[in-house]
Amino acid sequence: MKPETVENVAFNLLRQTAVYLPEDVKQALKKAYEEETSEAGKTQLKVILDNIELAEEYQAPICQDTGTIIFYVTAGADVRGLDKVENALIKATRKATKEIPLRPNAVDPFTQKNSGDNTGRFIPYVHWEIVPGETLELTVMTKGGGSENACLTGMLLPGEGINGLKKFVIESIIKAGAQPCPPTIVGVAMGGGADIAMKLAKKALLRPLNEPNPNPEIAKLEKELYEAANMTGIGPMGLGGKTTVLGVHVEYAHRHPASFPAAVAFNCWAARRATARIHGDGTVEYLTHNEKGLR
Amino acid sequence: MAVYHLRTPILEEEIRKLRVKDVIYITGSIVTARDQAHRRALEYLKEGKPLPINLEGLAVYHCGPVVKKEGDKWVAVAAGPTTSTRMDIFEDELIKNFKVRVVIGKGGMGKRTTEAMAKYGAVYGAFTGGAALLAAKAIKDIRGVEWLDLGTPEALWIFEVEDFGPLTVAIDSHGNNLFMEVEKNVEENRRKIYQKLGLQL
Repeated sequence: MKPETVENVAFNLLRQTAVYLPEDVKQALKKAYEEETSEAGKTQLKVILDNIELAEEYQAPICQDTGTIIFYVTAGADVRGLDKVENALIKATRKATKEIPLRPNAVDPFTQKNSGDNTGRFIPYVHWEIVPGETLELTVMTKGGGSENACLTGMLLPGEGINGLKKFVIESIIKAGAQPCPPTIVGVAMGGGADIAMKLAKKALLRPLNEPNPNPEIAKLEKELYEAANMTGIGPMGLGGKTTVLGVHVEYAHRHPASFPAAVAFNCWAARRATARIHGDGTVEYLTHNEKGLR
Repeated sequence: MAVYHLRTPILEEEIRKLRVKDVIYITGSIVTARDQAHRRALEYLKEGKPLPINLEGLAVYHCGPVVKKEGDKWVAVAAGPTTSTRMDIFEDELIKNFKVRVVIGKGGMGKRTTEAMAKYGAVYGAFTGGAALLAAKAIKDIRGVEWLDLGTPEALWIFEVEDFGPLTVAIDSHGNNLFMEVEKNVEENRRKIYQKLGLQL
């Protein structure tokens, strides 16, 4: 696989995420606007919908916080040149920062210096998964800082079981309040370890809003947490109302008998993600946004 | 709920009219400031150095914009608000010493800022987080930029705006704080949620 193809596709995905919200998120926001009864909350949702349209019209980023750039790469074992992929993603990030433009969001925590191009140590971060075949699937999540600041992990009591998890999720949402730009999408994970739980919770944010967990028991838990979250009254942007979350996605891993790790990850209403598949013959399919925003 | 169109410099008496849940639109000058700019402004104050811009009657906007240079002119591409709570440790001093009349941001501010707003006459205007384009559209001109050494998100950007909003007055100058009201409401709802989920408080 040519590194130029990967770079080009990654650049296009960055453009798509910056400018266009995925269709499922847009539809959920429209529905929320129709159903919201709080006046202050409705004003917020109206502004959100207007802003989404303006971004498309002006071909400019929906939000000025164009996020930390995270790639999820699902690579076919037969794809050649996988060692060049990471470098191509870095180059695409630099180009996107300059040309879209994206806000430079990579700061050295020690010197406080902003690298200026959204790259730096471990950034953009690349998650790898190897599968059979010769296609490369590339997903980008551009993750806002306000919602990242509300993410929490907790080591719960195994004896409390799922009730402990429910409590942890509700308390996390209440604690987050207005901070993560509600209505949010909430990713929840239990099990694994502290790091594994957060990794799964964050990955759960990539799942479309109309796709519940395939396990019916987990899907039931998702619905229960979704309804509970919307009973808090936090509302759009924390100004009060019945739309606090657009969805709750739950994932899990097996756990150590002595541990019950849990993680709650938030994505703001501007839940930006885009995916493309590069086939072995070099053809490209844009899976989330079709041809939107391509030049 | 009333709607007000304000023009900078805004006078204290105009601010005193506003109540929580009113909607305001601002025309005139607003200045962006985030964590680092707040910190530096207060350092200047301590050292007796003047700020590069007089903030009296203006709005301070918690925002790190996406900007680009067209020729030698800066243009705001996207300029929505950032989370204000981080500036809670600075804002009372800023309001007190520089007579800032409106603070714009998202997520609300705490007791310290609410008290300063009541004492010195200022309001907090909640702007929709992420509404970057709506904001950019209201920015007619970038009059200047100071402290660019802090990086573009942290610099002081001086925006000339027209009908910047809608901003929901979430803290007024009479001690009311909409975010705190919502929080109180959430506290009451927590009990119902726990009951529904079969949990114990």
